[in-house]
Amino acid sequence: MNRSSRGGSARLLCGVGAALTIAMFCSVGVLAAGGFTGAGSTWVYPLLAKWSSAYQGATGIQVNYQSIGSGGGIAQIKAGTVAFGASDMPLKPEELKAAGLIQFPTAVAGEDLIYNLPGIGPLQLVLSGPLVAQIYLGKVTHWNDPAIAKLNPGLHLPNKYITVVHRSDGSGTTFTFANYLSKVSPEWNQRVGANTSVAWPVGIGGKGNEGVSSYVERIPGSIGYVEYAFILQNHLSEARMFNADGKLVAPSLQGFQDASAHVDWKNAQDFYVILTNQAGPNTWPISGCTWEIMRKSAAKDSNLAVMRFFYWGFEHGQQLAQAISFGPLPQSTVAAIKAYWRTNLGYGI
Amino acid sequence: MSSLDTAVRIDKRSEPTKPKAGRRTWRLTGDSLFHAAARFAAFLAVAVLFATVVAITFDSWPSIKTFGVWGFLKSSQWDPVTNAFGAFPFIIGTLVSSAIAMVLAVPISFGTALFVAEIAPSWIKRPIAGAVELLAAIPSIVYGLWGLIVFAPAFAQVEPWISDTFGAIPGVGLLFQGPPMGIGMLSAGIILAIMILPYISSVMRDVFMAVPWSLRESAYAMGCTTWEVAWHIMLPYTRTAVIGGVFLGLGRALGETMAVTFVIGNSNVLSASLLMPGATIPSVLANEFTEATSKLYLSSLIYLGLILIGVTLAVRLLAVLLLRRLASREGAST
Repeated sequence: MNRSSRGGSARLLCGVGAALTIAMFCSVGVLAAGGFTGAGSTWVYPLLAKWSSAYQGATGIQVNYQSIGSGGGIAQIKAGTVAFGASDMPLKPEELKAAGLIQFPTAVAGEDLIYNLPGIGPLQLVLSGPLVAQIYLGKVTHWNDPAIAKLNPGLHLPNKYITVVHRSDGSGTTFTFANYLSKVSPEWNQRVGANTSVAWPVGIGGKGNEGVSSYVERIPGSIGYVEYAFILQNHLSEARMFNADGKLVAPSLQGFQDASAHVDWKNAQDFYVILTNQAGPNTWPISGCTWEIMRKSAAKDSNLAVMRFFYWGFEHGQQLAQAISFGPLPQSTVAAIKAYWRTNLGYGI
Repeated sequence: MSSLDTAVRIDKRSEPTKPKAGRRTWRLTGDSLFHAAARFAAFLAVAVLFATVVAITFDSWPSIKTFGVWGFLKSSQWDPVTNAFGAFPFIIGTLVSSAIAMVLAVPISFGTALFVAEIAPSWIKRPIAGAVELLAAIPSIVYGLWGLIVFAPAFAQVEPWISDTFGAIPGVGLLFQGPPMGIGMLSAGIILAIMILPYISSVMRDVFMAVPWSLRESAYAMGCTTWEVAWHIMLPYTRTAVIGGVFLGLGRALGETMAVTFVIGNSNVLSASLLMPGATIPSVLANEFTEATSKLYLSSLIYLGLILIGVTLAVRLLAVLLLRRLASREGAST
């Protein structure tokens, strides 16, 4: 009895020792030399993942991007734990100033409404901004409503309840969508407004683009909004929209870039511009953008590394961006960003 | 002689420096080490709980200061745009979805446990008990996906029947109205019921099996039916453990996150109908935490977490009180 208990204690001690040793070895984590870390928006993640792997191939510098969400990205860059943060919603110039931050756009993208109406295929349904606002406010509740019929004279619209689907998680997609509705509907602007997540008057919430589209696919008579890249990958039924010029358009990369071309980036303070409902005959009305945020007080080397990476992306990453339906920024905007860096940081590339 | 030696050793346990005690010293050090380790582990668990509550309270302080306790609990506004937050729809959603789960899971668990413990022939007991317990091994995300992809579309076919049949009843009908979407409060409750079923039924089965044979057989000898034995002999005998199992299931249902997020519909608007979408505290946290951009928004979400801890503790307290009352009643009746 005595002997066995001795053995037991010895084994216990051995076990504890081994565990401590393992713990010690595990806690030694090293980041690759020359690399840096960014965090934030999930929307921009596919683009930054492509860019960073191509950038590592070209320069050997490893960029580690963590898609923890815009809120997390803003918090991390404010705390100074990452080299850059990414947000789908631009920070207001006064907020940037207060926190000693700067921001610049990365790429343009767009989103569209998808629907589940048996017998009505992709691009057959026509919607307008004010009508979408009415649907999402719960004012237009059935598909055979005269307001919908007026825009779709050729379509047979059923007397079916419209199940409104929105994002349940906070998202830049929601911000862009709600911002667009705020611009085209005074009532929406007053009652709901725009943010990464809003107080939806009606509807059900799906998590992520996948959540929204799976609800729409499974509930006849439903409508939802998702990113354009996601529509392309999954062959969903998307609507055509009337844009700010009153022209009927289908979503396209060109349409998103037209939206950014009609924006005066150079004179916008801290690039605080939202791309929704911009002018232009071919402009897609629900276009959006994603922003990168940096700290003015960060080490110069760190900021320069971030700037070099994004500049490389603007120059060499256009094909990669287009392949996943992100629109590259026009040359003039890239030049404006370079000038912005130099003015605000005192150095540039 | 050797037995005396042992006795002495037991008496002098606290004196490791006795001569001729080389072997003993080693054993005793191991012993005290074990004591210290056990004590450390126990206090660590308590310390972690306290540290969590303190940290959560600290982080939710901006929201507590802005909205107060009562104001936050009763407000049903959740608007990140205007920074106005209230927990009411989520507290109700958490309680209602769990209540639906309990209403469905407790009777089914009772039936399963009774069947396995009392009625089933022995060759089928093991497979059934094993299958029910396997339900507990399925990750909750899988329940969520299954609920969304398989259950919800099927349930949407049943919902028109539910709203036609029950929706017409005055009063109760309000609970069963709305368009058939297949997702909503009722769907979430049903998925939760399946998830907590193994926890409740395995506790019930174990304690039913532990009921002495003499008790059951005397009851059968008196001419009792199986139902009478179950209801009048087995259930009273195992009451405390059964209630413990039920509250274990309830605790799980209150905190379940992913599966609920998938099927509840995630609407912050409170609705009377169980067929309409809703939200629970864990589902809102899962949905909105990553993109909570303002400080007040984030601290309101953490505040929700604090309330969830409060709700869970309240449920636990209720269980303890209930058990104590039952125990004292039993004491009085015998």
